[in-house]
Amino acid sequence: MAANEITQPYPGPGLDTLPKILLHNVRMYPNRDAMREKEFGIWQSWTWTEVADEIERFALGLQARGLKAGDKVLIIGANRPRMYWTIVAAQAVGAIPVPTYKDSVAEEMQYVIEHSEARFVIAEDQEQVDKVLEVKDRCPAVEQIIFDDPRGMKGYDDSFVVDFEAVQAEGADIRAKQPDLFKQMTEQSKGDDISIILYTSGTTGKPKGVVLTFDNVIITSNQVALLDKLTENDEILCYLPIAWVGDHFFVVQAFCAGFCINCPESEETVAADMREIGPTYYFAPPRVFEGLLTNVQIRMEDAAPFKRRMYAYFMDVAKKVGIRKLENQSVGFMDSVKYALGNFLVYGPLKDALGLGRIKLAYTAGEAIGGEIFDFYRSLGINIKQLYGQTESSVFITVQPDGEVYPETVGKPSPGVEVKINDDGEVMYRSPGTFHSYYKNDKATEETKTPDGWVYTGDAGFFMSNGHLRIIDRAKDVGKFNFGKMFAPKHIENKLKFFPHIQEAVTFGDGRDACMAFINIDLGAVGNWAERNNVAYASYQELAAHPEVYNMVKESVEQVNESLLGDELLSHSQISRFLILHKELDADDGELTRTKKVRRKIINERYKPLIEALYNGDDQCFIETEVAFEDGRVAKISGDIKLVDVKTFATDANVAA
Amino acid sequence: MSTQNNGQNDKKVMLDLKNISLSFGGVKAITDISFNIYEGEVRAIIGPNGAGKSSMLNVINGFYHPQEGEIWFNGEQRKGMKPYEIAYQGIARTFQNIALFKGMSVLDNLMTGRFTHMNKNLFYQAMWKGPAEQEEIANREFVEHIIDFLEIQSIRKTPVGRLPYGLQKRVELGRALAAQPKLLLLDEPMAGMNVEEKEDMCRFILDVNDTFGTTIALIEHDMGVVMDISDRVVVLDYGRKIGDGEPNEVRNDQTVIDAYLGVSH
Repeated sequence: MAANEITQPYPGPGLDTLPKILLHNVRMYPNRDAMREKEFGIWQSWTWTEVADEIERFALGLQARGLKAGDKVLIIGANRPRMYWTIVAAQAVGAIPVPTYKDSVAEEMQYVIEHSEARFVIAEDQEQVDKVLEVKDRCPAVEQIIFDDPRGMKGYDDSFVVDFEAVQAEGADIRAKQPDLFKQMTEQSKGDDISIILYTSGTTGKPKGVVLTFDNVIITSNQVALLDKLTENDEILCYLPIAWVGDHFFVVQAFCAGFCINCPESEETVAADMREIGPTYYFAPPRVFEGLLTNVQIRMEDAAPFKRRMYAYFMDVAKKVGIRKLENQSVGFMDSVKYALGNFLVYGPLKDALGLGRIKLAYTAGEAIGGEIFDFYRSLGINIKQLYGQTESSVFITVQPDGEVYPETVGKPSPGVEVKINDDGEVMYRSPGTFHSYYKNDKATEETKTPDGWVYTGDAGFFMSNGHLRIIDRAKDVGKFNFGKMFAPKHIENKLKFFPHIQEAVTFGDGRDACMAFINIDLGAVGNWAERNNVAYASYQELAAHPEVYNMVKESVEQVNESLLGDELLSHSQISRFLILHKELDADDGELTRTKKVRRKIINERYKPLIEALYNGDDQCFIETEVAFEDGRVAKISGDIKLVDVKTFATDANVAA
Repeated sequence: MSTQNNGQNDKKVMLDLKNISLSFGGVKAITDISFNIYEGEVRAIIGPNGAGKSSMLNVINGFYHPQEGEIWFNGEQRKGMKPYEIAYQGIARTFQNIALFKGMSVLDNLMTGRFTHMNKNLFYQAMWKGPAEQEEIANREFVEHIIDFLEIQSIRKTPVGRLPYGLQKRVELGRALAAQPKLLLLDEPMAGMNVEEKEDMCRFILDVNDTFGTTIALIEHDMGVVMDISDRVVVLDYGRKIGDGEPNEVRNDQTVIDAYLGVSH
């Protein structure tokens, strides 16, 4: 695939680092809002001038406290302006920010602190400070913890634990003496300097620290900002973990295009905050879009009969017309009228309620998204597109161009990116965003990156005849049935997860004769169903074992089987038997990653008896598992699990065999 | 660890109860009880059911008037005050069986806690614009800080009746805090909560004490909690005081063990 030329690598000449772009934006948009955060019920805002002032004082304060170029600064916290300021402040000093997941437990955090050799830790609040203090003895490199929220922080050792504002005050003193110091510092930063280390969640083994340079993130971000015509008038809501490359990418784009970053009031208020801000640009993993859709479906089931009928009718219209309209294809006159009416009565209010009323562009990435979910949003007139990327590529590898959006593909290579498929069917790329290295892990770097700059993605895929890339699954997850056909678990699981009452699914089939599935029900959706049907239950386990719930899931699985029939590659992967797990798969138990991806190896080990029982044809199986609570206590959940047969549909291949 | 109370004489007594007796007709709820609460401490009142703990709180906030005894608050003796007058003095409380306005939103419930701080007269309130508006904005700002403090932003506009029990308890604490009390009375703030909710509530109580310097008197049955967070404990049984002192003293007091704590088998 030929690479598209890069004509404008940076947002302006010489603007090759975030601190430089920051000062540039102060000149360009001094009084435009750069950041907002909802606090005390009101959107508090900071202009570019004010943001630069905050960052400047903090950077000078950090330097005065001994932070040097090349030091690592660990950042633990939610999406709060100060956490983002810290990233740029550290970069201005020449240090390297290392954001990490705020819900990681102390041991997980210890690994990152130890591995990154962070000298400074910036923590959001007492909870995070306590976590760091808990592992402090094992992380001798840590010299100072700086906290954002002073609540409950009285009585901590002042020499070790410091208030963010105190550091800024020290910075202000230095600025009074040396007003040009910050500017001089920023001018020293260069495009090929290391800008950030992002630890990948790691579906296998320990997390790896992906080292990215300024050039990596800025060139990539700027290309996409230009491609999508983002301007200083756009708005985004940053609610995803700051340690995730997608969120960092957002921030860099905001710097490049000069638009405003909005931070939610708290994790629980994101939906309400979305509605108030009405972002024009939005990025969410498929899970979030699934969640929103499930929510809509639950609420509609509870709505009055008239509204329910209206919703059903106009959603049918949308399915028929919406996507064609979005892609500027011709639609019949009556359909146009109906769609306009639907927009007034249903789609408009619905989009508004979801906070997607002003959306110009939405991206989804991270995992494959179910075609049905994708079509739902597009039929409402929301321009949601898929992109394909990873931390190692500074996000963008391929992206769906406007007007060429096919649910099953992830689009064409984005500007400046070369993509090829190697002999094993694995997708490889080479791009300006290609990561520098894995931190302190040369072996992994060599295994992933070839000397001439090609990177193994670990994903199996192929190019369709229209030049679009289609990702089948993680290369290591793709297996073979005993009868020689390909088994791609993710694809089937995504189909299952489209059903609102299915939260998570894990399928098995590699080296076996048939495909089997574990199901996690969605407590919200099924709980709502139980309430309406007077089904009493005391726990997730009890609800999951309810015969009616089994029937409901069985129907869904059969529908998935029927839809698999149409796909030549996968028609033989129909699910023969399934069970509903007695507990939700949980990142705290190590079954999911912090970004909620399934860890197959762990599930294979932990639930071995259940898998065997599925293949043995047993009707029931006893299982006992340990669960970890949020405070670290461990308990056991046990119970008999029912195993159920499902109807499969004959395919030509099956008939022939 | 047998620190005597008189070893803490440097501390200022905020509330002093002297020889309080309370009876309802022939039923004696409280008999000749004396104890005090220092400024800035967390004081626990414990005892078996029917010991007179809630009655004691009702006496402190002026809902019940004891037949005998004296109540001194901040150096002044109280005489026949009504509960709202006591609220104006700076005593706020929560209730054992939640007493919120179920149909009102969390925000509105918290705003009712500000009534002692709404001083503009009827004329201004009716006119709304001007001073009354400014006053309400100031009160709203205060309430928003409490919402932030208790981490209940997501339920700001939710009617209280729709919230789970643990959150209602938190809202009730918020309403009491909205009054900016000097003395906060908590009647079983952790009853019916699971471990995680209890831990949260403990943290809130300690943070209130720490951040706002509020003096706290609480009734609680969870001994782990009481021993952890309180500075001093008073033990009641059948309307009489049977113990008073620091958690360690009380825990090892034979009378208290016999009457209430018991021994683990």
